[in-house]
Amino acid sequence: MNGSLSATSKKIEAVSLKKSFVLKDAKDFFKKLSVQKALVLMCAPFVLHIIIFNYIPIWGWIMAFQEFRPHLGISGSEFVGLRQFVTLFQDPLFTTVLRNTFAMSSMNLVFGFLSAITLAILLNELVNKTFKKVVQTISYLPYFVSWVVVANLVISSLSPVDGIINRVLLATGILEEPVLFMGEEGYFWWIVVFSNMWKNVGWNSIIYLSAMSGIDPELYQAANIDGAGRLRRIWHITIPGIMPIVSILLIMNLGWILNAGFEQQLLLTNPLNMRVSEVIDIYVLRYGISMGRFSLATAAGVFRSVVSIIMLLSANAIAKKLGSDRII
Amino acid sequence: MKLKRYAFGATIEDRVFDTFNALFMVALIVVMLYPFANMIAISLNESLDTIRGGISIWPREFTTANFRAVLSRDEIYDAAVISVARTLLSTFIGVLSALMVAYPLSRKNFVLKKPVSIMFLFTMYVSGGLIPVYFLMRSLGLLNNFWVYVIPGMTSAFNIMITRSYISQLPDSFVESAKIDGAGEFRILFTIIFPLVLPVLAVVALFVAVGNWNSWFDTFLFAPGRQELSTLQFELQKVLQAASQQIASPDFTRAGMEAGTADMVTPTSIRATMTIVATVPVLFVYPFLQKYFVKGLTLGGVKG
Repeated sequence: MNGSLSATSKKIEAVSLKKSFVLKDAKDFFKKLSVQKALVLMCAPFVLHIIIFNYIPIWGWIMAFQEFRPHLGISGSEFVGLRQFVTLFQDPLFTTVLRNTFAMSSMNLVFGFLSAITLAILLNELVNKTFKKVVQTISYLPYFVSWVVVANLVISSLSPVDGIINRVLLATGILEEPVLFMGEEGYFWWIVVFSNMWKNVGWNSIIYLSAMSGIDPELYQAANIDGAGRLRRIWHITIPGIMPIVSILLIMNLGWILNAGFEQQLLLTNPLNMRVSEVIDIYVLRYGISMGRFSLATAAGVFRSVVSIIMLLSANAIAKKLGSDRII
Repeated sequence: MKLKRYAFGATIEDRVFDTFNALFMVALIVVMLYPFANMIAISLNESLDTIRGGISIWPREFTTANFRAVLSRDEIYDAAVISVARTLLSTFIGVLSALMVAYPLSRKNFVLKKPVSIMFLFTMYVSGGLIPVYFLMRSLGLLNNFWVYVIPGMTSAFNIMITRSYISQLPDSFVESAKIDGAGEFRILFTIIFPLVLPVLAVVALFVAVGNWNSWFDTFLFAPGRQELSTLQFELQKVLQAASQQIASPDFTRAGMEAGTADMVTPTSIRATMTIVATVPVLFVYPFLQKYFVKGLTLGGVKG
């Protein structure tokens, strides 16, 4: 009897303490807010901006669960639950598009990482510092050029008429006659991967290079004394040295995997390679904007975002378990 | 202490590795630069001669006819003006916005630090999607409107993050002593912080400027109806599309003749010339800002 009474009174005390904490916190908060009002004022317009331009569109996800008609607006359109998603998954075109998106994104991810890390390692090993600087500067030039320009360069280079690739392959005897690379489905994904690498390898290598510059030079000296050759030093010192940053970037990029740009594909697609070149956003464009099937297109976009979030959270959780740095 | 590369004597492995490395780098330079050199050569080469094929990195029959044909077109000129205008405006606003959000977020005791950070971070991973954004632009009256190039892109979570990282590394003493002297936050931001973070602001400016200059999809989606809102990249994209469908462009051919030359200007030459016109500003500005961005980006990014 006594025990339960004191337990109850303890509970009451705790609750009232909590209440007073909450009140105190709230008062504290508003007090701090008014002291820091300049700071709040500084960022407020931009917070408002992202609420309008980033968060309100998320509200538009509701369209994915409706049969949206523009003249009825969101509030007026009929609610249909998951029907749009069902239609989506039953559409063979969507499955194809999903396959394309996933394939190109993963290929870009893998080759992008490997090429950037390799370039960083090789640049790091260059003896002549001036030469290194020159190569670096040239290597990130393509990053700053637009995809329109790059697509142009790609199509020109692959042209069967006068493109450099065909010219070289013919001259070295590898080919007997020019190939219409842009018209063959089998080549398309590789064209995407290689043009992506061309455009981004230099830029992506920057961060690995800077991580490498943070590795203690004494480690290399010690390894050298122990008889480790160049390749072994790279394998045992340089690569582990950049592993933390590699994992962070890998996680971030996995989260973005379905977001991987579509500008590239939109510019390189043509009627001959359509079956392998269309990605989710092109699907959204066609069905949504061109054909007016707004709800279906929104459903595709929602699906894409949801998968991204899931992938990001999973990658983050896996990294946490493995003990590396997280990003959230 | 600088580590001498061959401090302990060069092994054969070292020499072989370095030779291959050097060769690889030379090949890399060629692969990176060849397409540009080729485009420049084609743009400076007489149109009808280019068709014969075989142009590599040097024009065979030098001419400025292609540039005259392209630049004399009103559409191109107007598109260039729009491109420049939006780039300058957006860059100014982009840098300002990055600074004005990053500074409060860099203050350790800022009351709203966590919620605001999360709000911005979230936008990097989740977006409304094309359709909702399109309807939003429609409701806001931004479709077929110049401001669609400037207003929606005002904030970038990424730019804010790198700016914030950079500011965080400044010693607290600067701000503290200014506060003791009675300076308000805005004054501190613009007179003390701003001069100290120029490298990272150069990076932000570069990102925003290049992003705007290279942008064509927003024109495609939000302002396709009005020719006077076209940008250089969009014009280039139109020409590219035409090439993809392999349609000859009679308008340009005519323009070539109007430019006072007797030659016809072929689509191939047009494409090459327009590519150069659309890229030259970037190639120009790039070397100057190059030295800032490695420093600004990595100091901000790696720790960030």
